[in-house]
Formats: sequence, structure tokens, C-alpha cells
Amino acid sequence: MKFSESWLRTLVDTQLSSEELSHLLTMAGLEVEGLEPVAPQFNDVVVAQVLEVVKHPDADRLNVCKVDAGCGEPTTIVCGAPNVAVGLRVPCALPGAKLPGDFTIKIAKVRGIESSGMLCSAKELGIAEEASGLLILPVDAPVGQSIRQYLDLDDNQFELKLTPNRADCLSLTGVAREVAAIAGAQAKLIDVPEVAATIVDQRAVVLDAPVACPLYFGRVLKGVDAKAPTPEWMKRRLERSGIRSISALVDVTNYVMLELGQPLHAFDNTRLEGALHARMAKPDEKLLLLNEQTIAIDADILVIADDAKPLAMAGIMGGEESGITLETSELFLESAFFAPKAIAGRARRYGFGSDASHRFERGVDFGGARRAIERATQLIIDICGGAAGPVTEAKAEMPARKPVRLRTARACAVIGMTFSPEQIAGLFNGLGLSFVREGDDFLVTPPTWRFDIEIEEDLIEEIARLHGYDNIPAPAPRGNLKMMVQPEAQRPAARVRQLLVDRGYQEVVNFAFVEEAWEADFAAKTGEADLIRLANPIASQMAVMRSTLFGGLISNLVTNLKRKQNRVRLFETGRAFERNAAATPVPGFSQSWKLSGLAYGGALPEGWGSASRKVDFFDMKGDLEALLAPAQLRFEKLVHPALHPGRSARVLLDGQEIGCLGELHPEWVQKYDLPQAPVVFELDFDAVKAVQVPLYSEVSKFPPVIRDLAIVVDQDVALHTLLDGLKGQLSSLVQDIQLFDVYVGKGIPENKKSLAFRIVMQDTQRTLQDSEVDAAMQQLVSCFEQAFGAQLRA
Amino acid sequence: MDNLDQIVSEAQSAFAAISDPDALEQVKARFLGKSGQITELLKGLGKLPPEEKKTAGAAINVAKTAVEAALNERREAIRKAALEARLAEEALDVTLPGRAEARGGLHPVTRTLERIEALFRSIGFEVADGPEIEEDFFNFTAMNTPEDHPARSMHDTFYLQNPDGTVAENVLLRTHTSPIQARYMKAHVERYGQLEKMPEIRIVAPGRVYRVDSDATHSPMFNQVEGLWVGEGVSFADLKGVIADFLKSFFETDDLVVRFRPSFFPFTEPSAEIDVAFMSGALKGRWLEIAGCGMVHPDVLRIAGIDPEKYTGFAFGFGQDRLTMLRYGVNDLRLFFEGDLRFLRQFA
Repeated sequence: MKFSESWLRTLVDTQLSSEELSHLLTMAGLEVEGLEPVAPQFNDVVVAQVLEVVKHPDADRLNVCKVDAGCGEPTTIVCGAPNVAVGLRVPCALPGAKLPGDFTIKIAKVRGIESSGMLCSAKELGIAEEASGLLILPVDAPVGQSIRQYLDLDDNQFELKLTPNRADCLSLTGVAREVAAIAGAQAKLIDVPEVAATIVDQRAVVLDAPVACPLYFGRVLKGVDAKAPTPEWMKRRLERSGIRSISALVDVTNYVMLELGQPLHAFDNTRLEGALHARMAKPDEKLLLLNEQTIAIDADILVIADDAKPLAMAGIMGGEESGITLETSELFLESAFFAPKAIAGRARRYGFGSDASHRFERGVDFGGARRAIERATQLIIDICGGAAGPVTEAKAEMPARKPVRLRTARACAVIGMTFSPEQIAGLFNGLGLSFVREGDDFLVTPPTWRFDIEIEEDLIEEIARLHGYDNIPAPAPRGNLKMMVQPEAQRPAARVRQLLVDRGYQEVVNFAFVEEAWEADFAAKTGEADLIRLANPIASQMAVMRSTLFGGLISNLVTNLKRKQNRVRLFETGRAFERNAAATPVPGFSQSWKLSGLAYGGALPEGWGSASRKVDFFDMKGDLEALLAPAQLRFEKLVHPALHPGRSARVLLDGQEIGCLGELHPEWVQKYDLPQAPVVFELDFDAVKAVQVPLYSEVSKFPPVIRDLAIVVDQDVALHTLLDGLKGQLSSLVQDIQLFDVYVGKGIPENKKSLAFRIVMQDTQRTLQDSEVDAAMQQLVSCFEQAFGAQLRA
Repeated sequence: MDNLDQIVSEAQSAFAAISDPDALEQVKARFLGKSGQITELLKGLGKLPPEEKKTAGAAINVAKTAVEAALNERREAIRKAALEARLAEEALDVTLPGRAEARGGLHPVTRTLERIEALFRSIGFEVADGPEIEEDFFNFTAMNTPEDHPARSMHDTFYLQNPDGTVAENVLLRTHTSPIQARYMKAHVERYGQLEKMPEIRIVAPGRVYRVDSDATHSPMFNQVEGLWVGEGVSFADLKGVIADFLKSFFETDDLVVRFRPSFFPFTEPSAEIDVAFMSGALKGRWLEIAGCGMVHPDVLRIAGIDPEKYTGFAFGFGQDRLTMLRYGVNDLRLFFEGDLRFLRQFA
């Protein structure tokens, strides 16, 4: 909502400065977003009349003018403007004037002729971006008057950012009322006398949908000159409110809307047939709107129609065919109340909005509809001439204004400070709220312009707001001291993130909506049944919800490689989304937290001290094992759309699959133009956070016995399979079996590998005998032999 | 016994001429070995008459001690020289860089998140979470924003598409973290609703939220932190107290001013915007919008099954990205979501 400060000041009497006014409005909840002077500073520019124009003897493009600037004697001014002409009234900067851009006017010779001032364009005065010549003023502009005064340039444009509940401030009257309440000033609302009918013409109005439109005033005006010019003062006020002047009739309706808050509509009366109806749309009705859009009108749309056809979307936009033009001489003026519920959301559904719909869907003062039609009638007659018929009034049941009870004690409890009933009464009076006292309770009847006072809390807000939020104390809070449960079996997310940070990973945050191709490449999701597509994506590369975090990480890698970052370690925690009918808490969509990472480039940062080596599967596997330690992870071969089938694994914790790990599939390495394959992982974040609470077991006082054992097995025997084969077969003395070497090559038959283990044996109760140790080792060897055809390595 | 003095000085000069430890031991033998000169003299003592034996023995022992001292001194000198040589040989260029592994870093928004969580935990706020694909009911209806409410146009909402191409009716990407309030209150009531006095609700709920908006100051995905305190006698003044305490603690300064300005949210009444202004630094004196807040609307409590006559509460929603930008002086929101290591490493 934009408006001119000087216009506002005609409606409320206050000594506050512009800045004070701005602060006060903001702190009352009418946030001032902009406060700009309508013109930059300049002085000594007056209205002047051009008396004589003579070509400059020594310059083709210059004229020597004599002007009357109200100084008594005519002044000589050399002027280069192409549109200078005798008789014009134009702004004239006198010697000593300071113009915008720190430009001072002095008496000076221009090509040998003394010039005592400058005739100005709008651009030179800083009130327009562009100008093609002098600013031509109306012929009645008083010569000698300051141009600032004449054009009302000592004015500011206010811009309010209004919240949807304060539709009552979508007019100058509303803002003035508010200023009066918060500044304790006097509102000077305009006096609107009724305009007596001088013709008898009228048109009947029928309220067919009385809930949606319970009040309608209409009036016929005849003999109107639609081509009459809009007065300068009105144009100026409209422009400073951000509304372009169009024609006198349109300007008047806009002006009254700004002044009183009531949107009006003017129909060309000669295009109407029979009575006017405010009714719901009928099936298959269509309407060509003023914005040249033809719409099929939905059944829940209120229309204004005549006996034959729909004319307008009520309270939203008029129709092209029944609209006024510059040729209109007979019009039907509408000032009505449309219920917010009947208007809300309708314009948005068709992809547009209007000043009228903006107001009606928030609530328009139904107590002011009559005033508005009278005010508009008077302005039209003043500007365009013509004669008005009597006002037709159609009225049904108006919105209830139920009294709202306010309990003083409740207000004090909610706000957190003490108010006396007398204080509250004073605040309500200032706002123009009428009330009845019942002890310390107030029964408040909201005024017709307020649509946001329905419950006690609304009144509590008014009290807090008018008292000033700044004046409410801010004590240290008091609450119940109750300890919070911190489950030991769950690590905080911060701890997990820190572990990855300590291992060299940098955290990133990526968008949850991704390119469709990423879902196809990294999750093999292509069908509509699998994808979760946004209905209204902001861009095609943000069209589907991610089911894996891989795409974002790989895109981050590509970005960073372009920026010459050759060693990259990234991780992200975030939700991944999948269609899942059984999901909770939102049925249809599982959205579990993932922890994903990527490693690319050297295993270690390049340096003098370590041999350079590319990061590989086992580096990242080590990272995961460290991340989950002391829990033991298992890894099984995995086929995954994103990963190299021979270099990827599913990750299991206590038999549960918790994610995957692997090298990026060579196909994607090529497609995404990566010089080398990154290794990536993705785990369920919740599973990573879970840890075991430790439980003590006895520490042996007796020395361990350590033996090494090397066996030769087929190359395709996986280590886990081998160790699993030992389960339940081993002597209880064996505490630990560690693989410490894998060897393939000379001395080992083809397709075989040598595995070397270190076996730790111990008993908590006694020192082991050699014979027991030998027996346990023998048992181990025979297990390997029987299950895997292993042989002891020579 | 000039001879003895001569032997001692001979030994001293012989030892001094040697720098190799093995050679020293060989030279030692010439004086102190089985047939060394000192040893021979001692052996000769037996042949002397008893009255001479005593004085001669004492003199030889003095000489022997002197030779042994010279020997030990030389041994120590050689050992020290050897050590010096080894130390010199082993010296490193200590200015070479260390062999340590690289360390990563947290995202700046996560740094902020962890600080916010810690600050609120310190006054008894638990951390809560909620879904990002949210039901229309929790995002809007439970937050007192029914269909066609003008406040819905304040949020430009992302909707989802059904597999058949139609727009999904009842789900959306949450436009704020407020639905977590509704879910948490509902669960709290299910758990404690039958008690005479329900335990207080004190939570903060951080999370990603989504709006159809993208420019230098808006990202279609951004981070918010929701807060909620519901209990007996919780007031607007308490809200002001908590927020002022938080902002001073978060920015670690008393050199800031907080102001509350009336505003409108369908789910709070009274409602306020929170502005903060720093008294020093690059942003000195400018009011910066930082959060929305208010007393939980009685309808929101009622929808969750809480009696607004018995319990009141406040809620707030901070722009977590905004707090992060102000804390670390970041001037472009988009940097947070570009994954540029040169940017991110600054927060390691």
C-alpha cells in the first residue's frame, strides 16, 4: 500500500515528523517498507511565463527568451529546449537556485548573451527519469509561485507492508484512523454529503446470493463526459499511490477506493439489459475480462449479471463488454459488499489479482459502501459533468458483529504485565472500539471495518500493540526444572558429523529437489510410479524429489573440479524421499534421514612426506568402519545402479542392511566427465547414530598366546565367508582372528591366494598349555581345510 | 718416583690423542691392563721392604687413580662427541609441513544449528523433528490457516504430482517448520493428556523448508528453527525474555538491540516480528528482520487437544540461514547451497 504523506496529513492532524510517523506506524504493526521524498531537494524554482522567444544570434539551437518569473521586470534566459514557446508556463530556476545533482544556477553569459536563470525540464528537477523538453505547466499555474509548492513536491511517498489481517488500512481513511489511535491525534475524515438525484433513471438490483453479496448500492449517471481531463491534484495523489492515471471515470473509482477503501465498479449503462443480479455463476458461463482474458467461470464464483448475461467477476474484475470507455456517457456505478469467503482465492485460481479482490478477500468496511458511492458520484459530476439518478439499495443480512468478551485478568496473564480496566478502556476508546463494561470484563463490538476481531486474543493483541510491544517487560523466563533424557544408546547427530569432519570430510547442503536424470542414473528411478515429481517446480533441474543424496554430491564434485580443487571429501545429512504407501508419519512417502559421502583424488593430501596414491574403496571402507566402531560392520557384494558392480558393497550392521558403499559406475564417471572415479557411500543416519551401551566382561590376568597361520584358498573365496564358516567350530580359547596379509603371485598357484592370520588365544582363568594351543590351531586348520579346501601355506 | 709422574702424563697424552672408543680401550691396556705399566708396578710392590711398601703403594695408587680419571674423562668426551655427531646427522628441517591428514569442516548453517540447539537445551528445550513432505493439514489447517485463507498466499507452496499427472491434494513441501509444533503437541497430548497437569512442552525444531521463490535473498529451499513453549502461565513477556536472552547469547554480545513489532500469523495471536540492530560493526544501526513469533493461537492449541484456558504458550520461527549470515558476515544466501569448497572451508 503506497500513499502520499501530504494526502494522509489532510485526514489526520499530527505534529509528528515523517520519520516519527514512520516509526510509529511500524511499531503499531503497519510496517513502513519505504519512505521516499517525491522529489529531490532543490530551491528557488518558480512558475514563469514565456513572454518572448528570439533565436540566439550566435547559436542555432539556442533561443533567447524573456520570461515573467514574478520578479517585476522580465528576465532574460538563454534556453536550449526544443519546445520553448511564447505563452507557455514552465518552471524557472532563478539565480542562486540549487538543482539536484548539486547544480547551482548563476547569472552567466551564454555565447555572449547574459542569462539570468534556467527554464527546467522534469528531469532537471529530478521528478522524472526522462524528459524531451521543458516541463509544461497548466495555463493557470500562478506565475512566481514556488514550483515545490505548486506541484506539492515537499511530500513523501510511504509504502506500507500490510499483513492480511489489516485490510482496514488499505485506504487513506484507515491509515488516518490508525494514526489517530496510536498517536492520540484527531482524525479529520472527509465529509460526504448525499448527492440528490436530478434524474429518475434507476436499475433494479437483485441479490440472488445474499450470503456472498448481502449489500449492493447502484446508481445511474447520465450525460457524463468521459473524455474530461483528470484534475492534476487527483492524478498526483493516484501516482503517488502507485496507480497510473487512465481516464477521469477510472481515476475517480480508483481515487475513492484509495480514499475510503471501497472498491467501485462502473458499467456502461447502455450495455445492460434489465435488472442487475449478484448471483453465483451458472454452468458453462464464459466471460471476457478487462485484462482481455476469457475465462470459464467456476460455479463457486460470484458474478454480477444482468437479465441476459454475466457482466463481471464480482469484486474481482469487470467484463470487457460492459466496461466503460472514453465514449461512455451513461454509466451504472456499483458500490457493494462481497463477503471475503466468496472472493478469497478465486482470482489466484485464475492466475491474477486486482486491487479490488485484494481488498474484498480481506474484508471491506460494509458501513462505508454508501459513502463511497456518494463520494464517487460527486467527483464524477464535478469532473465529467452529468446528472445522477437515485441510489438503488439492495440489502440482505449483513455479517454479524458478535460482541467479543475480554477479561482483564486474562489479558494481563497472556501479555505478562498488569493493566487496569481503566487503562484498557482508554486504549479501546482510542481505537474507536465500542464496548460495554461488566465488572472487569469488556464486551466489545468490532466496528464494520475490522475483520480481525473475533476472539479475546484479538483484543489482547490490540491492547499489547497500542501499549507498545517495546513497553512490555522481558524477564528471564521461569520454567519447571526437569532433566532431559539423553539416551546413551544414541549418539547425537553432531557427534557423527564431527567424526566425519575429523576424517577430512567437508559438509555440504544440497537441494532436496534434483534433476530427473540424477534419479535415473543413481537410483534407476524413471517411471512416474517411482518418481516424486513437483507439480510446480521452480526450474526443470529441480523437478523431482531425491531418493538418494548421490546426485548432489557428484554435482558438488563437478563444480569443485572446475575450480581446481583436486582432492575432494564431502558429506551431507538430509532426507531422501521415496514413494511408500505404508510410510509414516506421512502415508505415501518415506522420508528417512541419510548420511552420504564422497571421496575423490589423493588418498592423502599431496605432500612431500607421503607417497601419492588415489583414494579407493578400502580407504572409504576404513572410514565407515571407524565411523561405526566399535560396532562391527559386514560388507557384501552389491549391484547398485550408481556403483561399479565389482567394487561396491552393501553395508550391514547386526544383520540389517544400513546402506551401501562403492566406486561410482564407470558409465557415470564418463557421463559426468570425471577424470577419475569417486568413491561414495550412503547410510541410514539413524542406524549410524545407534550405539551399544558398553557392558563389562572380565579382563584375563593370564598372558595371551599368539600364533600366525597362512593358508592358500581359491581366489573367489570372500573373507567374510571364510570367517563365517568358523562360527561354532572353534575352541573357546580363540579370542581374535586378524587378517594381516593377502598375497597373490609367485609361489602361489594360479587362481589361488594366500591369507595370513594372526590368532590370539587366551583363557581368563589360567595360563595356556602348548598342547591346548596346538589342538586349537589344528582344529582351526581342519575347519579351513574341510570347508574351503584350504591348504597350509608352505 | 719421577717414573710415576711420567707414566701418568704419558697416559694422559696417549688418551688425548685417541678419538675412537675401541682404540682407547687398547691404549688403556698399556697402563692398566694385565701387564700394563701401573699393574706391573703394583706387582713389584711385593719385592719391596715393608717400610717402603706403604709409601710406594700409596704413590702408585695415586698414579693409578689419575690414569683412571684421565681414561674416564676421555671416554666421556668421546661418547659426547659421538652423540653430537649423531644429533647433527639426524637433524630435520622442522619447517617442512606436517604429515597430518586433512581435516574437513561443518557447513556454516550446521555450526549455527548446533549452537542454537545447545543454547536452547541449556534452558530445557528438547530438539524435535518432522517430515519435509508434509500433510496439508499440519502445514496449514492445524496452523489455523484454512483453505482460501489470505495468509496462504504469503507462502508460495510447492505441491507434488501424483503418478497419473494430477496434483496431489493433501501433501506439499512444508513451507515452514511450524507443522512440527502441531505434530509434537498432538503426540504430547496423546501421551500426557489424561494427567491432571500436563508436563510443559519446550522444544526447538530446526529443518529445511521450501517456498517457490528464488533470488539473491531467497532460496527455494532454506532453513528455519521453530521454537515452542506451552505450559501454565507462559506469557508474551516470557517470549520477549527468551528471545532477548537467545540473541545476546547467540551473537555473544550485549551490544545489540532487539525490538518486537506487531505482525500477523494465522497461528499466533498476538503476533510479532523480531528485529535486531547491532550497535557496532558493518551493519551498525540497521534493523534486521530475524524471526516471527507470538502467543500460540487458541485454535492451534485446541486443534492439538490442549485447553487454551488452562495452558498458554509461545512459538517462534527463526531464519537459520539469516542468523548464520549475520554471525559470520556472509552476504549471499546462495553460497550456502553451492557446495563450493573455497567457501565452505572458511568455516572449518
